[in-house]
Amino acid sequence: MDVGSTAPIAVERPSSDVRPDLPWVTIVWNDPVNLMSYVTYVFQSVFGYSKAKAEKLMMDVHHKGKAVVSSGTREEMERDVQILHSYGLWATLQPDSAK
Amino acid sequence: MSSGFKSHNGGVVAEFEAAEVSILKSLVGQILGLVEPGQTSDDPLERALGIGSAQEPSDPVLARLFPSAYEDADHSAEFRRYTEATLRDGKRADAQTMLATARPGRSELTAEQAQAWLRSLNDVRLALGTRLEVTEDVHEEIATMSEDDPRYPAYVTYDWLTYLQDSLVRALW
Repeated sequence: MDVGSTAPIAVERPSSDVRPDLPWVTIVWNDPVNLMSYVTYVFQSVFGYSKAKAEKLMMDVHHKGKAVVSSGTREEMERDVQILHSYGLWATLQPDSAK
Repeated sequence: MSSGFKSHNGGVVAEFEAAEVSILKSLVGQILGLVEPGQTSDDPLERALGIGSAQEPSDPVLARLFPSAYEDADHSAEFRRYTEATLRDGKRADAQTMLATARPGRSELTAEQAQAWLRSLNDVRLALGTRLEVTEDVHEEIATMSEDDPRYPAYVTYDWLTYLQDSLVRALW
């Protein structure tokens, strides 16, 4: 592998950061303000989900208090969370194992 | 009262009364007052990279508009440091689009402007809903609330914003 630069190697990072095999998940939490129609619409436009899938996830958030809406690398989930925050949804990310 | 949004030429259209526009502008103006620009650091490099504060906002409305991304406080602070400035600027840009395009009479919005309205109306509802501490029973509460209740005008405004937001989602679908 090409090290290529004199940038310090991130040896001090916690072990959770050096497990690229560990998938992360984005979770959306229920809140009393966001509309069911709006949440469904946001899932469709942000993730490209079908209306049926988006509605199922929205209902899970509504009834169970939260739902896993996407999974992937930590960086991908941070991007998803940031987009969901721009729409005002209450989203967090965590390692899949902590679900 | 405005009958809400309808789909039109790839965007949306709505008709507003002057009083409705002034309510909308006043509420969106409050969001702009609350959500300060993201790039406030004195360090030009940090400004260029959009690096901001790592601190969770103490105001409950700001805490709701900019929620913590991680359960872990350190991870959350780090995420906030690299994202909140961008989010703030995005919310301000949406609010400014709404201020610039809200007018009495017929308002036509492009698809892009409609997206800004969608997010900004939601920010206004989140802010008002947080201040009023609404629950999921808010609509039943309004239905049974006395008009003499001091909270009544704010709840009616909230209900109207909910109606507008829902009509905008349906016009965009």
